[in-house]
Amino acid sequence: MELLLLLAAPLTGALLLGIWGARAWAPELNVVVSLATFATACVLTARVIGEGNLLVAHEQFFIDPFNVFLVTLTAFVGLTTSIFSRPYMRVEMNHGRLSAPRLRLYHAMYQLFMATMLTALTTNNMGLLWVAMEAATLSTVLLVTLYRTPASLEAGWKYFILCGVGIAQALFGTILLYFAAERLLGAEGVSALLWTHLNSVKGHLEPAVLGLAFVFLLVGYGTKVGLAPLHNWLPDAHAEGPTPISAVLSGLLLNVAIYAVVRCKVLVEGSLHSQLPSRMLMAFGLLSVVLAAFFLWRQRDVKRLFAYSSIEHMGIITFAFGMGGAVANFAALLHMTVHSLTKSAIFFAVGHAAQKAGSQLMDNIRGLITLSPTVGWGLMMGSLAILGMPPFGVFASEFLILTTAMREQPWATPILLTALGVAFAAIFGRVQPMVFGETSARRLPHSPALLPVFAHLALVLMLGLYVPPYLADWYRAAARLIGGG
Amino acid sequence: MSGVPLDLQLLNLCAALLLLLSFAMLAQRRIVNLVNLLALQGALLLIATLLLAWRTGQHHLYVSAALTLALKVTFLPWLLHRLIRRLEVYWDTEPLLNISGTMLVGLLVVVFAFGLAQPISALASTATRSSIGIAVAVVLLSFITMITRRKAMSQVVGFLSMENGLFFGAMSATYGMPMIVELGVALDVLVAVLVLGIFFFQIREQFDSLDLHHLESLKEGPTPQLSGSSQEDG
Repeated sequence: MELLLLLAAPLTGALLLGIWGARAWAPELNVVVSLATFATACVLTARVIGEGNLLVAHEQFFIDPFNVFLVTLTAFVGLTTSIFSRPYMRVEMNHGRLSAPRLRLYHAMYQLFMATMLTALTTNNMGLLWVAMEAATLSTVLLVTLYRTPASLEAGWKYFILCGVGIAQALFGTILLYFAAERLLGAEGVSALLWTHLNSVKGHLEPAVLGLAFVFLLVGYGTKVGLAPLHNWLPDAHAEGPTPISAVLSGLLLNVAIYAVVRCKVLVEGSLHSQLPSRMLMAFGLLSVVLAAFFLWRQRDVKRLFAYSSIEHMGIITFAFGMGGAVANFAALLHMTVHSLTKSAIFFAVGHAAQKAGSQLMDNIRGLITLSPTVGWGLMMGSLAILGMPPFGVFASEFLILTTAMREQPWATPILLTALGVAFAAIFGRVQPMVFGETSARRLPHSPALLPVFAHLALVLMLGLYVPPYLADWYRAAARLIGGG
Repeated sequence: MSGVPLDLQLLNLCAALLLLLSFAMLAQRRIVNLVNLLALQGALLLIATLLLAWRTGQHHLYVSAALTLALKVTFLPWLLHRLIRRLEVYWDTEPLLNISGTMLVGLLVVVFAFGLAQPISALASTATRSSIGIAVAVVLLSFITMITRRKAMSQVVGFLSMENGLFFGAMSATYGMPMIVELGVALDVLVAVLVLGIFFFQIREQFDSLDLHHLESLKEGPTPQLSGSSQEDG
């Protein structure tokens, strides 16, 4: 019940905002809808804490320890982003970068995007998962091109074509999965694509077919994760779209895509009884970390800089899931949570900073701290958090991942450490003059919403020092579910 | 061939024609013809689905045949033709690789596709298992179409033809996906084309052309003039 309400809330919101999205109070309506979604997610979480896993609507939707915290996280970041976008989009309107119909498009698509992500997370059907992932791409394509600048059109086209081709590979992988499952589970019901059913018979699925399926699924969903060398769309889409969209793309969509990859990996590993899926994940992960760390140096646009940082962190998470085992999976899940919170907080701060400086180029953003200490400190703290400084949560998860790597895959540790060091130098070196020094900023007509930034950072700080017991339980249960190692 | 029933022979004929059409698409430079070929591909898919539905008695295949008729044979080609007329894009420019070269690569790809499909066909129990290789080949050939073309419209036709190939693959390997998934995929394809329609007008408005070489400025590294100018607000 709560689950269906959870999906219905953003869908209704999309409909309402499709009608009234251009009104003066539309940003508030957007916040209210997101708040409703978040409230439903909280009720759902409370119920899961009380009663355990859920399986509803003819087993088409389910909640288990792996997706429950992601659902709450998605609804939470969706809420804070809508709070952030309220003054942000108003400033964009005042600056004449947006017209009323485009604002309506933005609001409606924002809610639709939330609905598709929540569907992807909660569906038990691997086919529906694909449908929701594709719908998530489609709902954001027009948001990336919202400003209609040549650069944004190019970014949108790249996003559409690369993710479209990628997701087509994933469809082929899904077909192969269905093909293997149908021989065991029969085509009569629709059970052959249900993850819970597949998981229970995974040991008997045909290894040859599943191995092939995994290659296609990993390439397909991996494109959406932004794994190198399929990452080309990601920095463009992040840099050219409006900042709230960069925040949800980076903080949420990448998580959902990685969730899809891991769900597939569990099935394939159970069938193959070999290290192949793990090795593939580790290879893609490491390649992404290294490539992103070095590309960080070449960036001049602040949103591109943090987009590459997202690729780097997705690489770390993928690598950790590739190592597998209780500790690495735990760390990867924690890293998914803290990265999502930190990165969206950074994008909030960056969005306001770019508006104040009138440019996204890092050379033009200077001395934020003099005019607006909160934005400056928000950006500084966020950057320190994402770079893995203690006591933030990213430090805890990266520390766990590195120590596990030292034990399990010693050869990878120096590569990871070097990449992290390079990334630290690149990002810190750029952020420092942006925050301190002579100012280039101006005042804005609407005061920025900084509550989300500090709320996120506080949560990340808390997760670095203390993980609530039920959250830790979910992480542990999910880590067992994912297995490997 | 006397041992093979007529409907199966017809199905195999459909599969062979699909492969032939993919090669025709690879060679075709007139965009109007490309869309017509796509419609023809949809029609062949429709015939194959109906034959298979009749042969196996699976009712959900009739539904997906109806979807194919509505979407792939009628609506999408109509929409694309309309877009072509409105946007006045009739010819693709010289492809990145010349036609005979593309054809040769296409031949190799078909061999590779059959190799890839071999283990799947060996396990399949469907009557149409021999056409799985053709489905994979259609997907890969459409992929080449997408890579070698410069006009946005031709890339979209390649994209849709790839989806057709996947659909045919699902049909030959497992007699189609579960209904709910097929409906979802059809919906996504429909929305994708609508989004693209809007997108084309945006590109057109901005560049006065649908040639994708305009969309090549976002290279890696320092390109201050572009991303900078787009950020200058009033």
